[in-house]
Amino acid sequence: MRYLAHTEADRRAMLKEIGAPSIESLFRDVPEAAQLRAPLDLPDRMTELEVDRAISALAAKNRSAATMACFLGAGAYRHHVPAAVDHLIQRGEFLTSYTPYQPEIAQGTLQSLFEFQTQVALLTEMEVANAGMYDGSTACVEAVMMANRLTRRQRVVVSGGLHPHYRETIETYGRFGGFTVVSADLDVEGRENLADLIDADTSCVVVQNPSFFGQLRDHQTLGAAARAAGALLVCVVTEAVSLGLVTPPGAMGADIVACEGQSLGNALGFGGPYVGLFATREKFLRQMPGRLVGETVDVENRRGWVLTLSTREQHIRREKATSNICTSSGLCALAFTIHLALLGEVGLARLAEINHALAVGLADRLAAVPGVEVLNNTFFNEFTVRLPLPAAPVVEALAERGILAGVPVSRLYPNRPDLAGLVVVAATETNTKAEMDHYAAALAEVL
Amino acid sequence: MDRSQGRAARPGAGATTEPGGASHRGLQLEEPLLFEQDSPGRSGVDFPAAPTAADRLGGLRRKSGVGLPGLSEPQVIRHFTRLSQKNYAIDAGLYPLGSCTMKHNPRLNEKLARLPGFAELHPLQPMSTVQGALALMDELARWLKTLTGMPAVALSPAAGAHGELCGLVAIRAALEDRGESRKRVLVPESAHGTNPATAAACGFSVESIPADARGRVDLGALRAMLGPDVAALMLTNPNTCGLFENEVVEIAKAVHDAGAFFYCDGANFNAIVGRVRPADFGIDAMHINLHKTFSTPHGGGGPGSGPVVLSAALAAFAPLPYVVHGPDGFRLVEMAEGTAKSFGRLKGFHGQMGMFVRALAYMMSHGRDGLHQAAGDAVLNANYLLARLKGHLTPAFEGPCMHEALFDDRFLKDTGVSTLDFAKAMIDYGYHPMTMYFPLVVHGALLMEPTESENRDSLDRFIAAMRELAARARAGDAAFFHEAPALAPRRRLDETRAARQPVLRWRPPTARRVAE
Amino acid sequence: MSDIRFTEDHEWIGMDGDIATVGITDYAQQQLGDVVYVELPEAGRKVTKGGDAAIVESVKAASEVYAPVDGEVTEANAALSGNPALVNSAPMGEGWFFKIRVSDKKQVAALMTEAAYKTFIAGLK
Repeated sequence: MRYLAHTEADRRAMLKEIGAPSIESLFRDVPEAAQLRAPLDLPDRMTELEVDRAISALAAKNRSAATMACFLGAGAYRHHVPAAVDHLIQRGEFLTSYTPYQPEIAQGTLQSLFEFQTQVALLTEMEVANAGMYDGSTACVEAVMMANRLTRRQRVVVSGGLHPHYRETIETYGRFGGFTVVSADLDVEGRENLADLIDADTSCVVVQNPSFFGQLRDHQTLGAAARAAGALLVCVVTEAVSLGLVTPPGAMGADIVACEGQSLGNALGFGGPYVGLFATREKFLRQMPGRLVGETVDVENRRGWVLTLSTREQHIRREKATSNICTSSGLCALAFTIHLALLGEVGLARLAEINHALAVGLADRLAAVPGVEVLNNTFFNEFTVRLPLPAAPVVEALAERGILAGVPVSRLYPNRPDLAGLVVVAATETNTKAEMDHYAAALAEVL
Repeated sequence: MDRSQGRAARPGAGATTEPGGASHRGLQLEEPLLFEQDSPGRSGVDFPAAPTAADRLGGLRRKSGVGLPGLSEPQVIRHFTRLSQKNYAIDAGLYPLGSCTMKHNPRLNEKLARLPGFAELHPLQPMSTVQGALALMDELARWLKTLTGMPAVALSPAAGAHGELCGLVAIRAALEDRGESRKRVLVPESAHGTNPATAAACGFSVESIPADARGRVDLGALRAMLGPDVAALMLTNPNTCGLFENEVVEIAKAVHDAGAFFYCDGANFNAIVGRVRPADFGIDAMHINLHKTFSTPHGGGGPGSGPVVLSAALAAFAPLPYVVHGPDGFRLVEMAEGTAKSFGRLKGFHGQMGMFVRALAYMMSHGRDGLHQAAGDAVLNANYLLARLKGHLTPAFEGPCMHEALFDDRFLKDTGVSTLDFAKAMIDYGYHPMTMYFPLVVHGALLMEPTESENRDSLDRFIAAMRELAARARAGDAAFFHEAPALAPRRRLDETRAARQPVLRWRPPTARRVAE
Repeated sequence: MSDIRFTEDHEWIGMDGDIATVGITDYAQQQLGDVVYVELPEAGRKVTKGGDAAIVESVKAASEVYAPVDGEVTEANAALSGNPALVNSAPMGEGWFFKIRVSDKKQVAALMTEAAYKTFIAGLK
């Protein structure tokens, strides 16, 4: 077996050194009842070529977004990732190292995470950011639990514009973690008034900008209302590229920001692994979940970085930790950092402008199709359209024509027949004008 | 030659130092932060001009700049290449971190995970267009169920701790379903910190079970703690002392007789995979760290993946989504339907697909026979370390061990050298330190997990280095240990300073001065 | 603060009228190592003997500080938030944690005297 290191002679010699007759004898603590009685029903080893063939055959059964015109968003976005990113994250020193517990020999990972924390704080306009969470949805529920700890309250108000997977995740944690989730009605057009739902027991209000339906909204007033009631404002962003163009959560008075970082550096990958961005105010630092990298010096007074404030974490605080998170999303955070380093200030601004302009162009093309209505008056690179027919079959029919036309809202809200005609549509820099023309023409044909 | 790349090669060579106050040492190149290399206006990515159109931002255009530095692509490549060279990695050598399972990461798996047919799939594409991805998830599930002997598996948890949460929430849902509100979870004192943290996050109170003199759960103490208000036992097996819980069948029976569930932490499943099915020792749920047992890369702290196998009693409560096979092929169930009592969703989308591809490639490459051999070799290697270090370091418990060998710090008694000093000295001998001060039940613990990836030569060299270090400590060379590491990119770092005055982000020098 | 008493959890308590000052002992700070952070109770909080009152952290450990007696917090040592090292340099002085208005002075009298505490820690070594 190509990954195993020993010959049979090695094994015999080593067993002799140990004083054991066989490898099996080393398993003598396994009780009789737990020993394997029949061979496992699995195939034997395969060569690299055989495995490559078998798994490539499964990949070939998929129709990837790269082979179609992809207008899907709803929490995961197809962007062009510069080739340098994947090259760098495949360096073995990054790929095959552990969480940087030994700072003397992990400065590469530590410095890049310090850069990541800085980038996230700058993007969100918040004071401090951690070294990453699993993804946007889990960052969001961690933000909620942090708000509960900070306010010592157990009632969470959730916007009707929050990604439904994020809301469902909060509901699961709430049901078993002992907090109440008050979910506002679905808010396609960004008109809800969440301030009315805040009461003296409310720990936080969770909003998303742009919303799940693409709508932009200034949450400054809501944040003030929350604070007046002793609650916090949690802002969610699922499209990190929007932060290059849109007013960031920090400028809207957010207390905690949870963001999906996939858009920068990370492939769609059928939903994961991604990386969650998590930022807050400095005064809330001690209740923050996740790892933090801090600057210090070594004994020769040379600048360096270490994992710090670890007493918040499970390996020290155990049942009193701020979170149970351990392994996080380090390599995805590195990819994010490299992509953003390549973009820089002008690159990110330009990328965001292009995304927005293309989405405006697509919205106008689709609005011109008879029977199709664009529901957003504001958006970044994603908006919601209402079709005169149930959307799911239309999306299937367009997939036949090589177009991933959007996410039918019915896939996420199957119990809302009133929303069956809605599709959430996104455009990014990967979409060409020809693709958009093709989409509009094909939609007109299908309807 | 006293200059390197136009910068001072040696301190005091009379030239500039990098921001941060350090100088290059030969080809050990110092690397400033990205933010210290800013040329405003520069970018490493080219774009066409944006089409001009009136914006639809509704007045919410970002007013201030972000503050990102501008670098070219070659600068960025050089920056991260230099940073990478400050890291130790499995690719460079033996990485004996106990309980972390730093085994070889096959590159075929990286190639396959990047196939556009997986990497370029949007999670919400029509299911008719992702049949291969769903088939892969189904096949991974089949392997995991077969290897553990369990009837069901939830694939969505993002890492081990997230899997623990999944398992405990399923247990809580099952208890509620039968009208019980048991509140206590029992956790051995040797457990990984995620266990108590997870139990607390699920609203349980946590109680610690003492270990016996053999490094295993004290069965008598456990029996005395069990009662009608105990929801679950969380037990790692093989345990964190690297030992198989030889009374695990009795433990499981006692737990079940008390009406509680047996949650097994599968962090050490790599020791027994292909040889022992956890179902056969009575578990109800267990997470599997794909980044340990099935070798998806650790990536400097993730991503991981933590699927959870579930017993028949818990299967109905499994989280959403899950894959089913119907007349039209595979389908993801994203909303609770039919008789399932799913406890709901644990995260967005469907799980760590990129890790699923890598893990399945690893399993198929090994096959049934290769996994059996891998576990055997992992245990062989740990026992080889134990046997050959026995007279030099002090084993915490009698062997044989499983996949990792645990030592305590008795061999350092009266030397003035601590476990930490010993670990840092290993760096100067060319090795990454082992896990230290864990598990908590052993004083000054040194936990070494060589994994099956190491050949005998590699182990022999490591053993020689450990013996020499132990001899050096006993010979009274404490100063060497206190100074170590001397040969790493950094020497010991001031963690007290980092924690007392946290600096968690870069700020422009002017802002820094104002803050000070 | 004429009479200082001690607990088995290594807190000290010094009385001044109805008000007691509470801190951790020199032995405790030595065991902890460099203190990097102290979380203190806010004024007005009621504490009970043996209940959590503060948290003291080193780089690798966090320890609860318990209230040695029942009472109400009147003041926390603001100097510790900017300079937690005071706990190491002057545990029995400037490194005090908080002051409480004591509900029942008999609880104080029941604690160890300095001599008793010295004997107690000698037994721990």
